[in-house]
This record gives sequence, structure tokens and C-alpha cells, in this order.
Amino acid sequence: MDPAKLPGFLAQRLVKAAIVVLAIVVCNFFLIHAAPGDPASVIAGQSGAADERFLQQLRTQFGLDQPLHVQLWIYVKGVLTLDLGFSHRQQMPVSTLIMDRLPATLLLTGAAFAFAITLGITLGTLAARRVGTWADSVITVLALTFYATPLFWVGLMLVLFFSVWLEWLPSFGMMSVGANLAGLALVLDVAKHLLLPALTLGLFYMAVYARLTRATMLEVADQDFVKTARAKGVPEGQVVRRHVLRNALLPVITFAGIQAGQLIGGSILVETVFAWPGIGRLAFEALLARDYPVLMGVFFATSVMVVLFNLLTDLLYAVVDPRVEVA
Amino acid sequence: MSISRRGLMAATAAAAGMGPTLMRVEDALAQGIQPRRGGTLTTILQPEPPVLQIGVNNQGPTLIAAGKIFQGLVKFSPTLEPLPELAESWTISPDALTYTFKLRNNVKFHDGTPMTADDVIFSIMKFHMEVAPRARAIFQRIDKAEAPDPHTVVLTLKAPFEPFLLMFDVTACAIVPKHLFDGQDYRTAPAVQRPIGTGPFRFAEWQRGNFIRLERFADYWKPGQPYLDAIIYRIVPDSQSRRLALETGQVLMTAAGDIEPFDTPALRARPNLEVLTTGWEYFSPLSWIETNHRVAPLGDVRVRQAISRAIDRNFIAQRLWFNIGKPATNPVASTTKFHDPSARIAGFDPRAAMQLLDAAGLRPNAQGVRATIKHLVLPYGEVWTRLAEYLRQSLRQVGIQLELESTDAGSWARRIGAWEYETSINFVYQFGDPTLGVERTYVSSNIQRVTFTNTGGYSNPRVDQLFAAARDGQTAEQRRVAFSEVQKILVEEVPQIWLMEMAFPTIHDKRVQNAVRLGTGVHASYDDVFLTA
Repeated sequence: MDPAKLPGFLAQRLVKAAIVVLAIVVCNFFLIHAAPGDPASVIAGQSGAADERFLQQLRTQFGLDQPLHVQLWIYVKGVLTLDLGFSHRQQMPVSTLIMDRLPATLLLTGAAFAFAITLGITLGTLAARRVGTWADSVITVLALTFYATPLFWVGLMLVLFFSVWLEWLPSFGMMSVGANLAGLALVLDVAKHLLLPALTLGLFYMAVYARLTRATMLEVADQDFVKTARAKGVPEGQVVRRHVLRNALLPVITFAGIQAGQLIGGSILVETVFAWPGIGRLAFEALLARDYPVLMGVFFATSVMVVLFNLLTDLLYAVVDPRVEVA
Repeated sequence: MSISRRGLMAATAAAAGMGPTLMRVEDALAQGIQPRRGGTLTTILQPEPPVLQIGVNNQGPTLIAAGKIFQGLVKFSPTLEPLPELAESWTISPDALTYTFKLRNNVKFHDGTPMTADDVIFSIMKFHMEVAPRARAIFQRIDKAEAPDPHTVVLTLKAPFEPFLLMFDVTACAIVPKHLFDGQDYRTAPAVQRPIGTGPFRFAEWQRGNFIRLERFADYWKPGQPYLDAIIYRIVPDSQSRRLALETGQVLMTAAGDIEPFDTPALRARPNLEVLTTGWEYFSPLSWIETNHRVAPLGDVRVRQAISRAIDRNFIAQRLWFNIGKPATNPVASTTKFHDPSARIAGFDPRAAMQLLDAAGLRPNAQGVRATIKHLVLPYGEVWTRLAEYLRQSLRQVGIQLELESTDAGSWARRIGAWEYETSINFVYQFGDPTLGVERTYVSSNIQRVTFTNTGGYSNPRVDQLFAAARDGQTAEQRRVAFSEVQKILVEEVPQIWLMEMAFPTIHDKRVQNAVRLGTGVHASYDDVFLTA
């Protein structure tokens, strides 16, 4: 990669990214408002009693009595100044709601991501090097199993086994509430709560990485430059690391880029089953309650993440494979 | 109600200031259990409420958790007798127009300010009048609200209103601190985020999506109470996870809709758990097949009668709800006042249903289908989907094809409110008295494009008249006559097809004592709840 080209490349990509994000914001706005029902009718439905005046008061308070284009303009103006609006339903700024929930989600998805990548690539490499042996068969079958099993079922089975039968791990939540833990004890407590959901979320991606790594490594291992490396006497470990794995990693990076983009929004199911206080549930509940500003705020954060990770993926290609140029 | 009886009621109410508390401790002692100070009750709240300020938000979960933070002037026994809470006694004038409440004089809000008559009058006349539609409809009948001294509140009504006291439970009219709301927009005042009440527990911490923690309020007006140090409400969105949390002892109690009815038999079998279905008498939710009379053939009384006779309510109660709740017999639940047991809907009889459909001119076609009706499935959990499937099956037996439509809570509320449905399922709270919770579904003056009004569009001038007579009736006896007649008319005309007198299971570890003592069950203040070691 030519370092001189980097600033220009970045600037160009960032401008494009901003335009994409803005277009997404506008699309989201219309999509969300196209769903039947509005926050006022939801609240009326949940309260078990309402009258016209009550609905009118709520709609005025939520700004829903304004024409749609005015609402859009107010929202876009807000987003441009990084003001994501206010959730009238929960009486809190959207950015506070999101920032409160973001760390939990990042912890969960980050742990799952790290677990999936490390174990996936390791297992894939191992299988490729021992192709045809029992180790390869075990890894392939495991990977296929986790690839094909629905997430929620894996989650439920893990809970049944570790929480109900063995009683080793808690079945829900992020920490022991009211225990007033601090320091190492708190870290251990959170880790105990984190294990099952992170495993549940990570197993599918682990399977994907293992299968991908194995397949591409087998493909690369047959190529001429690998034979050349072996012929000139490069030790086997170095051949695998420098020549095979490095070249086999490109598709893995592509996929990791996609997974990383979903770090924020991709864990609704696991967050629900394990009562993990993350952002996926915030979005899901906002959808059910028609809490428009919160939902749009989460969509905005998610789209920014996706765009950023795409950019990062492109840069990583160039680092891993110098033949790829940024442009 | 005769004058002497009213006087007696006031006297017993005053005496009851000590009564219920003593009885409770006696009950406990009779079982060899001494109330024990300390411990934390961990339970579940679902779905997560948006705010914990009663009035600003009146959803079920809000009322359950905030019922520990706030209190009403009175509370209600399972038979709906008023018991003293913030009012230590009250009298009702012989003309039934003037209600005089004597307030306790040692009550403090959680910020240390004493609670006075000013706060009570502000709560009734300003706060709830402005924010809560149900309170507004009733409190508009108040002519004057006066405080002759800081611990007396005198409310004068424009006309007698017999069910008036039922509006002073915490779930209907929580007493809020005037100094934190007056002069502000009540919905956005800072106190909405940090609720301050007079209850035994004060708001401590809320990690959204995770838990709400309430702490013991040391300056609570009952000496030595509450017994618990804290109550923690965990937010657990998945019903199977909630069941697991209870089974593994990670929470000690579940309530309301936390546990699906079909999970209760397994939990009943566990020796450490107790399953209660009492504690919903004040609300007495009644479920029905909501029918839109504007859509043919549902406007035809014979068709509604046929649908009603084609369903086996015993099956629904036993096989879908596992005996949590019981079959409905008429529009007024048996736990609501003025229920007339002699007014009963006709029983399960598919043959009679088919004759009624024949009479209505709905003949079966080649496939045996007489009519096709759409049904909007109530999106409140698995059991409602099962109910819709059962209805489809049993109506098919008599030749009605039910087409199920799925939806989410937001769309459901909007479509019912906009009359854009053919049939659905609905259930509403009755609030102890048909005037408060039944009338709204059947009188033509309440045909509105708003959820939980007379959305079906039923209209019968005689029914309107009778509900009005019952509403304005000065004595309970006058009201009873009108309510009995209206129930007899309604069971003939089946404007809505009633299904179940609903209840919800309160399931708790046997160490939890006094979980359900009142007609409001888990909505009570919990100042008397304790954990045995």
C-alpha cells in the first residue's frame, strides 16, 4: 500500500459514507412511519383506558401532530448536529438510552466475535493441515452442526445444561443485582453471566470461520508458490503461517467485516433469551412501542458501524495482501 | 345505601385502621411465623415500564412497581371493602354528596416533606385530572375540594356517585407531592424520572433493560415496617427464561403475565413454590371475542349468539388456561360488584348454533362454509395464539371459517381503535364496579375511535338508559336493580362474546409471606411482606 494515497482515499470514502448514512436515515424515517400504529395508540392500548383528549395530548407532546415532512426535517437537522432526539415515551434523550445500553452489547458481541474468530481460524487451520484424518472429521462435523442449528435452540440447551442441571452458571442477566461487587469479584461475576450468551452468539460464526478457513487453506495449499516454498526448504510451520494462512485469510476478513458491522444490531435474539440489557432489545422494544426516535437512533448507530467496518475491512485487505491497493 | 349503614361503614373504617394489620400479624403468628426484618425480594417485571410515575403511565407493570413507591387514600380487600391507607378514616354525608377524609398525620414523602391535604387535593384535582383519562372522567364530578385543616380533605360531588371510593386506590389515584409538580408540565417534570411518593419503598436505581431496585424507606409511617430491605425487579423478556429464573431460584416471585398459563402445572408441582390466582378481584379482567357490529354478518344478533354457543368455555378455561381464571357467565365478572348470577349466557351447543345460523340465512356452501370472518390475533403471548387456533377449529364445526391475521401490539391497538377489524380478542379491567369498567364497552355515547371504548359499535337505547340509571343511582339497591336488568338484556344480545373471567398466577417461593393479601394483589404496597429464613 502506498501510504501517500491514504489521506485522499480516507477523505473520499468518508464523504461517500456520510452520504450513504444520510440516505439510510431518510429511508429509515419513512419505513418506520409506514408501520401501522403510532406511539400514542400503543400507550393508549397499554394503559387500558383512554379518551380523545389523552391521545391528542400525547400526539402533541411527541410532535406527531406536525406534517411528516416537517418531522423529517426536524429529525435530519438533529442528526446533522449529532442530536438523536428525545424519547418522549421514556422521558430520556435517545443518545443517553443508546449509550446506556451500548457497552453491554459491545461486551457481548465483542466477546462472541473474538471467540468466533480465534477458535474458528484455529480449528479451520487444524482441520486443513490434518485433512482426511479423524481430527478433520470431528471439526467438520462440529462446524456443520453449529452452522445448521438455530441460535435460540443452542442457547436453550446451554442454559438447560449449565444452569439447570449443573447449576454452574446463571441463566439470565448481566450481573448479580444487589450484591455490591467491585473489582475482580465484579469482573468474574460479569464473566460468569457473559459465558453462555457469548458462546451462543459465537458458535455460529465460529463454524463459519472454521469452514471458510479450512476450504480456502486447502485451495491455497495446492498452489505453485506453496510448492516452491516447500521445495526451497522453508520449515512447514512457516509455510502454513506466512504463505498459506495469510493468503487464505482474505475471505475470512470479508466475512469478519460483515459480522463486525452487525456487532450492534445482530444480537436481539440472544439478548432476549438471556435477558442481556443490550441495544438489540432496546431496538426491538422500541419497534413494538413505536418509539420512533429510539428506533431511528439505533438504526443510525448501526448504519454508522456497518459503514465504518466496511472501510476498515478494505484497509485490512491492503495490509494482509499488499497486492490489493486502496483506491 | 341507608344512612345508618353508611355511618356504620365510617365507624368500621376508622376501627379498621388497626384491624387489618393486627389480623395479619395474628395470622402469621397462628402459623408460627414471626415477621422478620431484612432480606431482598427479587422478582420480575415484564414488559419494562417506560416510567414509574403512576398517572403519567398506567400500564400494568408500572402500577405493580410504582404501587410500592406511591399510595392511595384507601386500599381494597378481596371483597372490595375499602380499607384505610393514607386516609385513616372517612365519612360520607347522608345526602351522599360530601366525602370527608381524615389523613394520617405522620406521613412523609421520600424527600422528607410531610404529606398534607394540599398534596391530596393537588393529586386529585390537578395531577390526575390532567394526565389520567380514567381519573379525569370520574373526578370531573367533583364540585369542590377543600382542606379545612392540613389533615382533612373534603370532597363535594355535583351529584351522588356510589362507586366514588373505588377511585382512591393507589392504582387509580396515587398521591403525589405537589411541590415537585405544581407549575410544571406534569409529564416532563424531573420527578417523573425519580418518582417520590409516600410508600414503604423508595426508588433507588434503574438500569434500563436490566433491573429496577427499590429500597426500604426508613421514615415510613408504619413503625417497624416495611420488613424487606429492598425489592429488585429484574427485566426478563423471554417467557421461558422467566420460568427458568423462578425454577432455579434466581428470582423468588413472578406475577401478572410473567409465566404462560401452560407452564403453571409444572410449577405447581414443585414443592418449594406456591401458585396463587387470587389478588385480581379489584381489576377482574374479563376477556371476550371482540366483534365489530358494522361488519356483516356480525351485526346480526343470531350470528353472535351462534358464535357464543359454538365455543366451549370450559375447554378454554381448563385446557388453555389450566384453570387460572374461570368461564365467563355474563358481562360483569363474579368478583365485580353487582354481578347477577341469574343472568347467564346460553351454554355450549353447536347444534343450536347451526340452527341460529340457518335462521340468520347463512347456509353452508359446497365446502360447508356459511361465512368467512377475519380474526385479528391478540399479540400478547403464546396463549392467545392458541386461543385463536381453538376458536378457528370450533367455529369451523358450525360452518364459520375464521381467517387468522397476526399483528404486533402497536398495530393491534391502532386497528381496534380505528374499527379496522372484524373480530379479535379483547380484555379490560372492570375496576370493581360496572359503572367504572363495564359500561364503557356497551353504551352508545362511548362509541369512539379509541381503544377500550365501545369499539364494536353496539347500541341499544334501553341499555344506555339502564347504565345511566345505575351510574346516577343514589343507593346500592337502586343500582343493583338497573345492573341486573342490563345484564339480562346483554346476555340475550351478546354484543361481545365473553370468554373468561381472567386471573393471573402469582407464583412465589414459600419463604415469601403475604405476597397477596388485597383485592389488588401484587399491586399492594408490600409493607407487610417478609421473607422467612
